[in-house]
Amino acid sequence: MKADPNHGATLFDKIWARHAVTQEDGKTLLYIDRVVVDDVRASQVLKNMERRGLAIRRPDLAVVVQDHSVPSFATNGVLGGSAFLDATRVAARRHGLRLFDVGEAEQGISHVVMPELGLALPGSTYVCVDSHSPTVGGAGALGLACGSTELEHVLATQTMWVRKPRQIRIRLDGELAAGLSAKDVILHVLGEVGLETARGAAIEFAGTMIDSLSVEERLTICNMAVELGARTALVAPDEVTFAWLASRRFAPQADVWRQALGAWEVLRSDDEARFDADIAIDCRGLEPQITWGTTPAQVMPITGRVPDMADASRAGVTYMGLDPGERLIGRKIDRVFIGSCTNARLSDLESAAQVLAGRKVAAGVKAVVVPGSRGVAREAEARGLRDIFLAAGFLWGEPGCSMCAGGGGETVAAGERIVSTTNRNFEGRQGTGVRTHLASPATAAAAAVRGEICDPRPFMQGG
Amino acid sequence: MEKFSQVRGAAAPLLLDNVNTDQITPVVFMRSLEPDYEKALFGRWRLAASEAEPFVLDRPHFKRAPILVAGANFGCGSAREVAVWALVAHGIRCIVARSFSEVFRESTLKNGVLPICLGVADQSAFEQKVVAVDGQAAFEVDLVAQTITCPDGTVFSFAMAHNERAALLEGLDDVALTLRHRALIDAREAQIAIEQPWLQSVRS
Ligand code: SF4
Repeated sequence: MKADPNHGATLFDKIWARHAVTQEDGKTLLYIDRVVVDDVRASQVLKNMERRGLAIRRPDLAVVVQDHSVPSFATNGVLGGSAFLDATRVAARRHGLRLFDVGEAEQGISHVVMPELGLALPGSTYVCVDSHSPTVGGAGALGLACGSTELEHVLATQTMWVRKPRQIRIRLDGELAAGLSAKDVILHVLGEVGLETARGAAIEFAGTMIDSLSVEERLTICNMAVELGARTALVAPDEVTFAWLASRRFAPQADVWRQALGAWEVLRSDDEARFDADIAIDCRGLEPQITWGTTPAQVMPITGRVPDMADASRAGVTYMGLDPGERLIGRKIDRVFIGSCTNARLSDLESAAQVLAGRKVAAGVKAVVVPGSRGVAREAEARGLRDIFLAAGFLWGEPGCSMCAGGGGETVAAGERIVSTTNRNFEGRQGTGVRTHLASPATAAAAAVRGEICDPRPFMQGG
Repeated sequence: MEKFSQVRGAAAPLLLDNVNTDQITPVVFMRSLEPDYEKALFGRWRLAASEAEPFVLDRPHFKRAPILVAGANFGCGSAREVAVWALVAHGIRCIVARSFSEVFRESTLKNGVLPICLGVADQSAFEQKVVAVDGQAAFEVDLVAQTITCPDGTVFSFAMAHNERAALLEGLDDVALTLRHRALIDAREAQIAIEQPWLQSVRS
């Protein structure tokens, strides 16, 4: 916790030190600045707290979001009628917590709305009962996931006991070619690094590639760092971050903004800072990436062939109904999903729309796009993106998690093959027997148009 | 929280790595405010198994096994605590794994379930015994002594952080434990309010 003057401090060390309350038995008690309670957990967590006689220490620092259970499409003209959503409303009201409800301007997926509204700020700590909490590292906030009983503890004490993780820096160099996106970068990283190296670690992403990315793209990178097994992930906030945050709904204003900038500018790893591991990955000449197996690290360039794997990994190929050595290009697909906290921000919809403009979804393919938040949806409508999606034959859903985990009832039929912009291709994640290929929004959109897996780059040339 | 000191019974082998919480409790079984946790547990795998070759926890000897023995990175993926609740609903009180996902491990502790990682040197020896015994005799896990005793009398020791052990043994309330540090929390909160005033209310 003390920064060794001879070694300097990492960005992670600095945020950690500013929030450390005390240490005991190998764990640090961290002060938590932002707590997000989602609709799956809200009613149960708040009821348990009542049962235990626990009061919320800082109700003014907690937000309740409706995301996991939001139905993507209205049934009988009614939206948001599920038991979870109702219970969440009741619980939020009862405890005086700010709720971003279905239909309201701020509603959306927690890790999309919190940065977008300027609620997950550089140098802050952020906790949610959702493994993708580290997403907010893309805006320089330290995101940590926890279980629901732990959330009761966080709400009651505004702190969480955390074992300080190992620290790994992943330097990414190169720049994005046309038609490629942050999703391709992080899928490539997953393939290179694998699932062992970063397990339980705090990752800092750095390098020229990261510097060149927008905040939205950095959020995508940190989101999928979770799939590397990381406990958390960060990108040092810089001019790009500050420009993106300025004027956000809850971002500091005027004098406080200037004061914040002063504090944020030092949020970077010192030159002498040492990491437990330093990994360099060259992203030059990167091709669009797509997964072929049932872990996000089972990934390959779109023009490649399914590798011939050892026994253990064969299971993934078998589940996916593929043969070793097979090309994925040309494989027929049934569905496309563009959405989730990984890839449902404005830039994601823009890149998909670029592919879709003037084109149609292939016959027999069901294509769905679900903006990550009401804010994204509004902006996408204003820029004409929604019209492009609709004209192409996509269904346009209500902001929420939708088909990512199927909590909103949006499941896919058994055996169907789907190209999805989400973060997990686990067996059964999107429904029993569903075969998920993770890819970028552009790759997903191109697959929708062709009705088969294909290289999105030809679709993007000349706009 | 429920106390844990000792548990005696069958040890069920599920010797796979990277068993994730989507597999432990698939979302399809969770679409209710009061889901059937017992039924949800490994729901998809159990449905897919045959009568001739049932899923390990459905085999007669393991139906109420209090000990589950797993591979590396057990409980990875989604942070859902229902995965632990479902294991508890089945009667699991102790999980011995090569390693755990951190969030899952914290959740076991909150629910009075003991997570054990044996030393690297002991792991496969222990797993072999579990497989060989095949539910025919009882293992005994003792948190006071920090040992697992196999039916043949072999004893394996495991390490456990002092606080975690004390909390499990006494069934202590995590919030009460933390609030012993209330003065320090107050001080840190006050300091953040001064140094980073922009991290205040989300209600404005
Ligand atoms: S979009 Fe998917 S990964 Fe993200 S918060 Fe929702 S369910 Fe979790």
